[in-house]
Order: sequence, then structure tokens, then C-alpha cells
Amino acid sequence: MSREKLVWIQRNYENCSGCRRCEIACTLHHEERIWPEASRIRIFMIVPGVEIPHLCFQCEDYPCVEACSPGALSVNTQTGAVNVDASKCTACSLCIEACPGSVPHLHPEGNYIVICDLCDGKPKCVKACQEGGWNALILIPRGKGVSYKTLAKTPQKLTREAAKEIFGEETAKEVTD
Amino acid sequence: MRGYAGKFLEIDLSSRNVKDTKFSDKILKDYIGGRGLATEVLWDRLGKKWETVDPLGPESILLVLTGPFTGYFPGTKVCISGKSPQSNGVIGSTVAGEFGIDLKCAGYDGVIITGKAEKPSYIFICDSQIEIKDASPIWGKKARETLRFLVTKSIKEIKDIRPSYGEVKEPSILYIGPAGENRTRVAAVVAKYAHGAGYGGYGGVMGAKNLKAIVAKGFGPVPDVYDQKKVLDMAQRFCESNFEIVNFRRWGTGGGGYFFGAETSSEPVRNWQSEWHDMEGYKREEFDKYWVKKSWGDFGCPTTCLKLAALKTGRFRGAICDNPDYELEAYLGTNLGIFTPEENIYLSYVSNELGLCGIQGGAVLGLAAELYEKGILTKKDLDGIELEWGNVEAFAALAEKVACRKGIGDVLAEGVYRAALKLGQMKGVDLLKYVVHEKGVAIGAHGVRSGKDFISEDIAYACSVQGGDHTSSASLPLDEGGELSSIMADSAVFCIFTTFEIEDDEKIEFYEAITGWKLTEKKWYEEKALRILQLQRAMLLLGGPDVKWRPKVDDDNPPRFWEPLPSGPHKGKTLDRKKFEASRLEYFEAAGWNENGVPKPDTLRKLGLEDVEAKLKDVALIE
Repeated sequence: MSREKLVWIQRNYENCSGCRRCEIACTLHHEERIWPEASRIRIFMIVPGVEIPHLCFQCEDYPCVEACSPGALSVNTQTGAVNVDASKCTACSLCIEACPGSVPHLHPEGNYIVICDLCDGKPKCVKACQEGGWNALILIPRGKGVSYKTLAKTPQKLTREAAKEIFGEETAKEVTD
Repeated sequence: MRGYAGKFLEIDLSSRNVKDTKFSDKILKDYIGGRGLATEVLWDRLGKKWETVDPLGPESILLVLTGPFTGYFPGTKVCISGKSPQSNGVIGSTVAGEFGIDLKCAGYDGVIITGKAEKPSYIFICDSQIEIKDASPIWGKKARETLRFLVTKSIKEIKDIRPSYGEVKEPSILYIGPAGENRTRVAAVVAKYAHGAGYGGYGGVMGAKNLKAIVAKGFGPVPDVYDQKKVLDMAQRFCESNFEIVNFRRWGTGGGGYFFGAETSSEPVRNWQSEWHDMEGYKREEFDKYWVKKSWGDFGCPTTCLKLAALKTGRFRGAICDNPDYELEAYLGTNLGIFTPEENIYLSYVSNELGLCGIQGGAVLGLAAELYEKGILTKKDLDGIELEWGNVEAFAALAEKVACRKGIGDVLAEGVYRAALKLGQMKGVDLLKYVVHEKGVAIGAHGVRSGKDFISEDIAYACSVQGGDHTSSASLPLDEGGELSSIMADSAVFCIFTTFEIEDDEKIEFYEAITGWKLTEKKWYEEKALRILQLQRAMLLLGGPDVKWRPKVDDDNPPRFWEPLPSGPHKGKTLDRKKFEASRLEYFEAAGWNENGVPKPDTLRKLGLEDVEAKLKDVALIE
């Protein structure tokens, strides 16, 4: 895999305005309609004011691909994204359990997993976010020697961390615990 | 049918009966959704006995409606309506958030709620699974606790419905605080924190139905539209037109707290005793010090005028609210003699936690403070509260009393107009001269005396069918930019803060692309919107059971607006009675009303509203 072409979506949670135009862009691309629950990027808002864009972190060791016994998941060597072969997916949820961020989720109407495919290297969500000037999502070259897996966290954990920054520790505790 | 999910959820809380309701294409074509459809449903079901229906009684109907624009037009809102406990007419009150999206994705265009639950309840919607659940653990709880409980519990329950789905995103929630539970007339229906449908007082209507919240989760797509390419192209263009409004994106309405005081002399100061101040410490840059520099948008919004404020240090640390937006900077700030961002943010937080409408709740606090200043209300009346201007702790304590109807709060909970009537009776004096309201609705924080505000017409409130609602003010001409445009926004249901650069004809083109149904501006202004206006006007005049507005006599500005401005660069300016009366008459004529402002039989017949004509004759409003 030629690392030079690989990209990664950097997330700056405190910049997220919660406009969810990323969800709209994602599903127009993948589903040809607006469909928040089918979005490969989902904005979690467990606490109002703390919006967390949640999508695949592309861990360097791809535990989801590793865990997928039906062989539905593979790594796209061009982009570094996880490809889902819906016809092979049995919705067994092993990938969800294997993911340190609990990112994959079922398609709301099909019995298969959906995971961000980086739109072949030109992610629509990033485009929408940049258009709005939010910089919550930024496309960067995938770093060498960077562990993206350490950034992979559940929406709950990311919410607690961001809430601490936004509201202060005391208040964050009150609204998230 | 395009742009609609195709059915409405109807829940009778008394019998716990749940069913789907559909409206004919004709009804939807004529009334669209939101405010228009609410008006039609209310007239159809309650019109004949309107004046006897208690807005806070079990007979009243609460409507939570989307429109065909929901999910596609940049800026998502949902419209709450019913018989208003403030105006006794119909008000379309909108609130931003994802609730409308979740509802549509669950397969519903709206929820129609009748009856009264036996005990505190909330409605849970997950696609076609509908339940009326026990709300007793959160009855009496404020915003944060209510949300934390409902979010945690609902995520668990949705996971039970979809066991192998993966992480479940939180549902959207509309709820009330103690102010709604205690059936005050100044309570909002709230989303998230600090997002409120305040005008109308529908928080109290929910409370009267023992309904604490509505939780919605939809897993389906947003309903398909007729011409997707055109809709998406137009939506993109609309978004881009908003990206250009840099100032509004950066500051939201929060720049208003200083601007409308210092620059336009149209901001309420100390219960509207003046409309000017020059408090430098209230400038937007000062508020910025307390922001976490985070924009706080809702689904599809390119503007994100709302900003999140959180106090992390100081005596009020822990307070979270929006910017505050301008209305709250005024009504929970300058109008109470509060001129520091920190105190304003804190008081807004207190008000939001209690589920009060910042405007209506703020207005009664301001009224009480002026009565205290004038010695009409005493410390004893206020249970020991020293309600001096600027005393933020005193206002916070009184807000709590209002929301819980404790002591004097029980009277103030009736809203400015009714509270002044009751206190006036108690004290044996006329207090209405201190009340800035229109048809029982405290007027938005945009005074008309200086003529410099963007709402500048002397008939703006006097002729509006939604009274003091500054988002639906009256102006001439009646059509573009007037109340018929507001009816479009509240019926197709979209945010007016994303439409500064978008003309009505583009909105109509967008409507056609969404629904595939033909519409012209002429048809909208001269028929459909005008029909909705007549219905709203008729129900406003029917009023009751506690208060009825006299046509023409009550279509007037509040007494304070006739006093000259006492200070500032526009000192001495006031409204001209003769000019006002001429404008009012012109407005009545444009709206198809007689010289008293009652819809003419001819107007009603042309619009197919013969039953309205019959009803108005019944009660002798027309001959």
C-alpha cells in the first residue's frame, strides 16, 4: 500500500457546530437520499451542545477486519478505508465488538454493517464541513508512525472528554454521568 | 405524495388510544403543514365551541407538526400549536432541532395530542412503535435531569428494539420543565437545552395534559421529494447564500443586546420604561469572553446563529445556555436592569432549566420589578424578595416561584396581561399601563417607537394574528415580507434565520420541486395564506373562555408605546395616533376585514369559509 496517497479524517470535536450537513452529504452519496441513520458518519449528541462526529478511525491493525469471520470486511489499499461486502455480511456484530470506538453499525433497513469508505479518498462529509468553515473534519495525509487506534473511542467517552473542555469538569460530570 | 411521510400520529392521552391519521391531498395542498395545518385542524375540531375551550383543559389539542420543507430546506424546525393560553387564539410556535427529522424518519409528519393523561406521562416513538410511558420519575425535574434520564433510558430501550444494531444515537426530545408542569402561561416547549417554542405558551398545554415529553427516533430516510435534483441544487444555493452572511454566522443574534439599545433605541430596558442604553460592557465582544467559542447548530443549518455559552468560573459557574440570543439578552437582561453578560447568561440558564419562555417569563419578572419600584408590590408580597433592578439573584428566585406557582408566582405565572389584571384587582389600581403585550402575548424585544428597528411599523403587533410574536409581525403590503410570508415559513416549516437572501418566489419554486404540486405566489398570497390568516383572526377574536379581545379596540399598541421615548438619541419619539389608525384601517382592508378588523362575509365566502362566517354571525361579531 502506498502510504503517500492514504488519507485520514481528523476530527476536532469542539469545532463541530452540530449542523449535520456531513450526515446529509454522506447519505446522498451512499444512499442517494437524506437518511441520518444510514450515515457512515453520525453526529452523537448525548448531551446538548456536545456534538460528536463519529466515524471509522481506520486503526492501523484493523481489528474489525481481523474479527470478521464471514470475510465481509477488507482494507482498501488505495485509501486505507474499510470496505464492506454487504453480500457477505451476516450482521453478526463481531466487528462492532472488536472496534475500540464501537463505530460500525447496521444499515437501518438492510442486514449489513456500514462503515465509512472515505468516498474513495474524497470524503463528502469533509467537503460539507469545510464548506461551512467549521473545520470539525479535516482531510489530512495519513501519518506514518501515528497510532490512530489510540484516538478510537466510543461516543460516550468522546462526549465526556469534549464536555469537560466545553463546560468544565464539574458541569461535565453532572451532565454526562 | 412527495415531501410528506404520509401520515400523522394521533394520541388520545385520556383513553391511551393511538392511531394514524391522514389528511386529504386537498387539505395538505391548502394548509401545507405546521401553522397552516394546525389552524385547519383546530378550526375543524374545535371551531364551533372555540370560545368555551379552555387551552389548559383536557379538551384542548396540542399539535407538533413538520412541513414538507423539513429535512431539505437549510434550517430545521418543528411547529408547535394549539389554542394558546396566552392569546386564546392560534399561534404557530417553532423550535429548532432534530425532532422534526426523527419524526419524519419514523414515518410521521406530525403528532396530534388530545385528552389528558391520568398521571405524568411521556410519549415514546420509535418508528411504528408508540408507547405512553410513565414520567413520574422526572415530574418536577428541570431540563438537565429530565434530558439525562430520557436520553439514557430511551437509548437502552431502542437497543432492545434493535439488539444488534451497534451504538444507538440518542433520540430527539421535546419536553417541559416545572413551568410547563405547573400549567403556567409562560412556559415553553423545549428541545435540547435552551431551544424553546415559547410564543403561545404551549409548555403549559403539555403540562395540563400531564405530558412531560415526546421522545422520537426514526430509522427511515427523510421522505422522498418530487424533483430531488432540483431540490438539492436549490438547497445548496440557499446554503451558500447563508455562508455569505459572515456577521450573523460569527455572532448570531447576540450582537443585539448592545446594538438594539445603543443604536436603534428599540430594546426593552427596565420593563420598557426606556428603549435605549449605552452599556459598553454588554457588547458582543464582552459576551464572547464567556463563550466557549462553539457554534450550536441544528440539522442542515448553514448559519448556526446559536452559540453555546458556558460559565466555567465565578459564582455562577455551571450555567449553560445559548449565546444568549438577543431576545434573552433583552428580556432576561436589559429589561431587568441587568447589564453584565455573566448575570445574563446565568439568569437565562435558570429560566431555561425551569422551562420558562425567556420572553414571556422575562416579561413578568420585568413587570413585577416595576411594580416593586413603584411600591405597588412590596417585599412582603414577594415573600421577602427585594426585587431591585439588576438584582439577578432576586430575579432567579422569583423565576423559580413563577415556574412553580408559589406565592406571588402563582399570579405572575398567568403572564403579563392576566397578572396585571389580577394584581390590579388585588391592589385596587389599574396596572395595564405597565404591560407591554399584544393579545396577551408579551411583545418581542423590538420596540417600534424609534422606527429604527427592523420591525418598525406601528401596526407590527397591533394587527398581527399572533399578537406580540415578533417572528410574525404585521406590515404592509400584506404579502412578501408581511404576515403571509411568516405563514409560509411556519407552514412549510423552516427557519426564518436562513432566508435573509431567499425570496418568496424561490420558496414557492422549492415547494413545487418538493411536492410536485403547483403553486404560484398569487395563489399563495391571495388564497391559501389569506385563508389561514382569516382562520387565525377568527379564532383570535372568538377567544375565551377567560379573555376576549375586542376587535379594533384591542388591535392597538400597549399604552407604553404611546409614551415618548424618555432617553437616548431618539428621545421624545413616539407613535402618531392618526397615522396608526390610518395604517390599521389600510391593513384591515388589505386583509379583507371590515373597519373593525372582523373578516368580511365576502372575504370568507371567496375563500370557502362559510362556516367561519356563520360562526362569527352566531357570536354577533358580524351582522
